[in-house]
Amino acid sequence: MATNSPSPGPRTTGKVRPHQTQNEALLFEKSSPGKRAYKLPSLDVPPVNPASLLGAALRTQAPLLPELSEIEIIRHFTRLSTWNYAIDLGMYPLGSCTMKYNPRVNEFVARIEGLADAHPYRPESLAQGILEIFDLLERCLLDITGMEAITLQPAAGAHGEFTGILLTRAWHESRGNPRHKILIPDSAHGTNPATAAICGYEVENLKSNADGGIDLEALARQVTGETAALMLTNPSTLGVFENQIHKIADILHDKGALLYMDGANMNALVGKVRPGDFGVDVMHLNLHKTFSTPHGGGGPGSGPVACKRFLEPFLPIPVLVRSQMATEVGAPGPGSPRTGLGPWGGDPSHLGTREGTASAPAEWEEFDADQSEIEAGPLFRAPFFDPSTGERVGDDDPMPLHAGAPGPGSPRTGLGPWGGDPSPLGTGETQSKSPLHWDYNRPHSVGRVRAFYGNTGMFIRALAYILANGPDGLRQTTEDAVLNANYIRKKLEDIYELPYNTPSMHEVVFSDRRQAARGVKTGDIAKRLIDYGFHPYTVSFPLIVPGALMIEPTESESVEELDLFIAAMRSIAHEAETAPELIKNAPHSTRVSRLDEVQAARKPILRWKPPA
Amino acid sequence: MRYLPKSPAERERMLAEIGARSIDDLFAIIPAEYRLDRDLLVPRQQAESEIIDYFRQAGEKNASGYASFLGAGAYRHYRPVIIDALVQRGEFLTSYTPYQAEITQGTLQAIFEFQTMIAELTGMDLANASMYDGSTGAAEAVMMAVRVTGRHKAVVAATVHPEYREVLATYAKHQSLPSTLVGYERKSGRVDLAALEAAVTEETAAVLVQSPNFFGVVEDIPALAEIAHRKGALLLVSISEAVSLGIVRPPLEADIVTMEAQSFGVPLSYGGPFCGVIATREKFVRQMPGRLAGQTVDTAGNRGFVLTLATREQHIRREKATSNICTNQALVALMATVFLAVYGREGIRELAEHNLAKAHYAARTLGAQPGTKQLFTGAPHFHEFVLETEESPASLAERLLKEKIVGGIALGRWYPELAHCTLWCATEVTTRVQIDRAAKVLAARLEMTERNQALKGQGFKTV
Repeated sequence: MATNSPSPGPRTTGKVRPHQTQNEALLFEKSSPGKRAYKLPSLDVPPVNPASLLGAALRTQAPLLPELSEIEIIRHFTRLSTWNYAIDLGMYPLGSCTMKYNPRVNEFVARIEGLADAHPYRPESLAQGILEIFDLLERCLLDITGMEAITLQPAAGAHGEFTGILLTRAWHESRGNPRHKILIPDSAHGTNPATAAICGYEVENLKSNADGGIDLEALARQVTGETAALMLTNPSTLGVFENQIHKIADILHDKGALLYMDGANMNALVGKVRPGDFGVDVMHLNLHKTFSTPHGGGGPGSGPVACKRFLEPFLPIPVLVRSQMATEVGAPGPGSPRTGLGPWGGDPSHLGTREGTASAPAEWEEFDADQSEIEAGPLFRAPFFDPSTGERVGDDDPMPLHAGAPGPGSPRTGLGPWGGDPSPLGTGETQSKSPLHWDYNRPHSVGRVRAFYGNTGMFIRALAYILANGPDGLRQTTEDAVLNANYIRKKLEDIYELPYNTPSMHEVVFSDRRQAARGVKTGDIAKRLIDYGFHPYTVSFPLIVPGALMIEPTESESVEELDLFIAAMRSIAHEAETAPELIKNAPHSTRVSRLDEVQAARKPILRWKPPA
Repeated sequence: MRYLPKSPAERERMLAEIGARSIDDLFAIIPAEYRLDRDLLVPRQQAESEIIDYFRQAGEKNASGYASFLGAGAYRHYRPVIIDALVQRGEFLTSYTPYQAEITQGTLQAIFEFQTMIAELTGMDLANASMYDGSTGAAEAVMMAVRVTGRHKAVVAATVHPEYREVLATYAKHQSLPSTLVGYERKSGRVDLAALEAAVTEETAAVLVQSPNFFGVVEDIPALAEIAHRKGALLLVSISEAVSLGIVRPPLEADIVTMEAQSFGVPLSYGGPFCGVIATREKFVRQMPGRLAGQTVDTAGNRGFVLTLATREQHIRREKATSNICTNQALVALMATVFLAVYGREGIRELAEHNLAKAHYAARTLGAQPGTKQLFTGAPHFHEFVLETEESPASLAERLLKEKIVGGIALGRWYPELAHCTLWCATEVTTRVQIDRAAKVLAARLEMTERNQALKGQGFKTV
């Protein structure tokens, strides 16, 4: 791939640049009084006199919003869009961000009438379609994670962390001591310590071992009766699977501490291994990472939290439940949290076609019959938790956290999340009318973490992604993501320093040690990558690798795109030897060159103001 | 799988180059006992047409064709078509957070425009790049006030959206941040100033109110600010109906404005994603949570934009950050920016005036029905109002539903003293025909009651 021209040339005015570098003023600078892009319908009620209705509350000074015609607005934002890099334009190797393809059908279905225009307070009898989407997504995510209860409410990953740590805290409190510290590895995302702090916990740093993983001896020393939880990312931010994970869980559980998993790197695990099976008690997912909802330039996200059954009573309100005995829509019978009877409670037709409903695409795939031969067991023995005492009851294992034994520590050795249901896929002989509704009466709940129920628009997109993949597609996706990362690693490890030699999963972390010797740092290499037509990788993270280059290709890249990326990275490594200044001043091909961030922070200009 | 750009042969070739015999080699680090040896229990792979059918059916099952008078923090407004045309451009939709400023000037300039518009509308000096939603924004604003004042108590008006108050309670619980609830005047539905006066002390960091409040009543901001400021507390004003700012005086005396911008062109989408935002005075900017875009220059002196003041944020400050927030609602904020560009300086006022007119007509028409009374008439309203009915809200709702009308939301779940009250909302998309139909349903109750009484007089058992 050829290097782009080194400089955009002198400053220019007017329309003399190639399209993506054309000038475009601020909306306010383009405004002129009397232009309009709107027309309200004629008023079908008598007009009012705002001054007499509002009195002193009347706005007397109009806001300085722009006045423009529709075509100008279209051109304005279209031109701005051409200044952005995007997945639709090429590879986005941002480690830990999982910048995968955002399918267009997701956008289409999120805008369907009846879904996009549904008011959150519409009666539940008129919201069954949306609630079934919530329900199906919850079931899918529970099986993907191997967990037993879930809330979709959190608005983003960090909000999910907040919720998950609140659950942890509430559980400890129910046992008499909230404990006071959270252990966080030095390789963790910045949100982890920030989250622990807003949940009222002290953060204790856990040093990584020589492989960049959890140091079991240090962990055993540091976990005490005051440790509430360990917040662990697995695979780690180095892209390495913690293969001692169950020992980690055992050390924590022996001291009554919980294992929280940051699900940022779930794209390495889906369909291959489940956090619920390797000892995780509570975790969040990022639908905008693993499940393809768009990043949109920084949001919206969505951060569902999945947990083991013993944390279920503490989930944020409201919780979605399915009435068991309902006879007609709008007249729910005795409510029973689905989570009290296995994740989908009273409905035996797991993912099955519910006769007379529109909820299921025609035929769900059959799976091996032996999956349904699991005997009935504790998951169907209610109640599992006595709210008055905070003790688990009706379970063989009074302290459920130990690994190896049936129960929350290791559901796979006991029962899958499909519990004792003899026919998970259903045969059509199922309850045809089981209205879903919101349960607000949950005395042990941590409370609400946001208004309404969650980022529904993102749930629709994530579910569309899961439906488009199916079990085989999800597994292949994970395999391709890991394959791509290992391919990049293989093709670059001779030229970029690999600080840890442990096997990589979905991302690979190099260091700039060799290039830094020539004065070229990871941030410079990243900027130079822009000139080769790529978005930079994640720079200087994780913090345990000095000068880190964190690369996550995701499954969405073809061999051709990977080879172009590898060629670019090799070419830059060569430039570091021959022309380091070229890299240090990069990028050279963009609309603007490196921006003065110091000035931006020292004298912040955070809004436009009319010229004096 | 149609999203995966690889042939089986390519996969084999890549494995060979890596030196792996099979894909399983790459997962060998995962202990065998944890590997999933079955298919996930998710629906089988669907064709695109099947996916669309599934969601279409779900949408139909939700039932449409109902007239709706619901508001309460989520508002129905017309969404100009160009909003979706623009936000679905892949360069906006599929771009990451603009940390790499050179290749994200589009998103950054749009955020800068959003921040400017919000500052203009709220009368504050500046605004951030957006937050999750209005409820978490309100909670974050209270925590911000704690940082600014160094005090640790909050006073919250009962007329703030009840779910916002619940969220604040969740956030405040582990911050040693007790809050006192202040009630409302029965006549006006406004904050009870005497009660507020008594509740605010030298330890109060924040007084949180909402305007228009949960009952649709516009609060007396100058009076509230006077009480808060006299004790050195900050006044925080939550705005859940952003369109009100087109015609309602902005809360100029507030120290922090925390807003839900959903009304600016964001679909209802059963409650999310919405668009919170915090606006404040310049002197508090370093205590503000969330992202900020700022103007600067590049090496050639060209104007450009960057994310700035990041030293407040979690990826730099970790546990000492102003918030753990790591996202904004960029794409939703972009919807709001396009919406505000469409309506502009004149249009936002005209739009707000239409809302005022519809709600005024609705309140007058519905409140005039026998057995029905509009409450809180002692203060100005924007586009929501409370009706008290002799009939129970449940019975009324049922009769309205039969006529394909979703009436006002019952207030008893949050305000036991308003057990016979419903909160109604009319916007520019509410029609006179819908309002008149709802009025007929309200009136029919009286006819029924009269008939029942007449029947009763004749010794019949009534229903």
